Amino acid sequence: MIDWSILAGAVPAFLAGLRVTLLLLVTALLGGAALSIPLALARASDRLWLRGPAWTCTYVVHDTPLLMQLFMIYFGLAQFEWVRDSMAWPLLRSAWFCAWLALTLNTTAYTTEMLAGALRTVPRGEVEAARSLGVSPGTVLRHVVLPAALRRALPQYGNEIVQMLHANALASTVTLVEVTRVARAQSFRVTEAFGAAAIVYGALTAILVFGFRALERRYLRHLV
Amino acid sequence: MSAILDGLRVTLGVAALSVMVASVLGVLGAACKLGVSPVLKRGAGLYITIIRGIPELVLMLLVFYGGQAAVNVVELALGLDYIDVNPFVAGVLTLGFIFGAYLTETFRGAILAVPRGQAEAGRALGLRPMQVRRLIVAPQTVRHALPGFTNTLLVMVKATALVSVIGLDDMVNRAGLAASATREPFTFYGALGLIDLVTTSVSPLALAALARRFPARA
Repeated sequence: MIDWSILAGAVPAFLAGLRVTLLLLVTALLGGAALSIPLALARASDRLWLRGPAWTCTYVVHDTPLLMQLFMIYFGLAQFEWVRDSMAWPLLRSAWFCAWLALTLNTTAYTTEMLAGALRTVPRGEVEAARSLGVSPGTVLRHVVLPAALRRALPQYGNEIVQMLHANALASTVTLVEVTRVARAQSFRVTEAFGAAAIVYGALTAILVFGFRALERRYLRHLV
Repeated sequence: MSAILDGLRVTLGVAALSVMVASVLGVLGAACKLGVSPVLKRGAGLYITIIRGIPELVLMLLVFYGGQAAVNVVELALGLDYIDVNPFVAGVLTLGFIFGAYLTETFRGAILAVPRGQAEAGRALGLRPMQVRRLIVAPQTVRHALPGFTNTLLVMVKATALVSVIGLDDMVNRAGLAASATREPFTFYGALGLIDLVTTSVSPLALAALARRFPARA
């Protein structure tokens, strides 16, 4: 009933899809990492005018489905004339950019919350000790607070990357030809096609999980 | 707008039914993981690993289209008439199957959080094992499981948006139709986002009421 040889011809398409999936994953993660570090600092701040807006952003993104965000960006923005007339329109027209934007916003929200949580667990004494040694606030941040927080966030970040890999599959709904879309394009033998996609994602997940376990053994040794 | 609210009924129906399927699977999974049979333990472990490794959308497509293929084979073998796999059923089963895995972990943790002495005390008082489970362990499990259950539920409400991809006439699909008719996709998808925001903000309140009924004692 299941005949894998039927997929032999689709291997190049799956490899091309894999490239798109990985590229989208990596670029969205980079964008998310760059945005979430300053946002997490604001979110964990004692000042309400910094904490409030950061909380609102993450709350809204957190509590709405990614599919809706993606549709709002890709299908929705075209509704406004000023968007269509704007300089950003060539970018916002492309499914690639919209998928990247939606995924980046999503991972930024989750990573911000995660990092803010980790920042709060950094012992106050470490910061005070560094300050009393005459180290400037910026240097304390870079050399004491961030390294400690980033390490502690490592296990959760591993989960976040896996979640993002899976969220990537949604990009198939806005015409982006990644692994899931390739599988959907194999209109005969659907069981094998989606089975193959499932195996690809499963293998990537396994690699990520084992990779992060190794990282945790290296960077969290002092905590176990 | 009324069409979308009609779709909301479908969406909530999918959510409610899949929560039930997921809870049943979660209880079974947790029972298998904590049970004595190594085969069942490995089976439950494999179930969780598979679910965690594969995106929801791919699983849903696999169940919907693959399920149709399987049904076709069966009906050919039995000489039955053509049976259509209903996207509603496929959606409920897939979501139930996926979130059953997450609930397995939630329930397992909750059962383990009930102190052993509680069950032992029950046995010592002469209750039968089934009575111990029903009267002593189960009510306390509920209280420990509630926070994890709430989280899973919220993730699930958002995941129901996916059923539109396999062609179910849900809220997302209705909004899509309305969007192309009015050429105002942002408004309609935005409205859905708002509905979800309200749902995810309100359902913890309902669960908080449950939490008051089963107060957690440290």
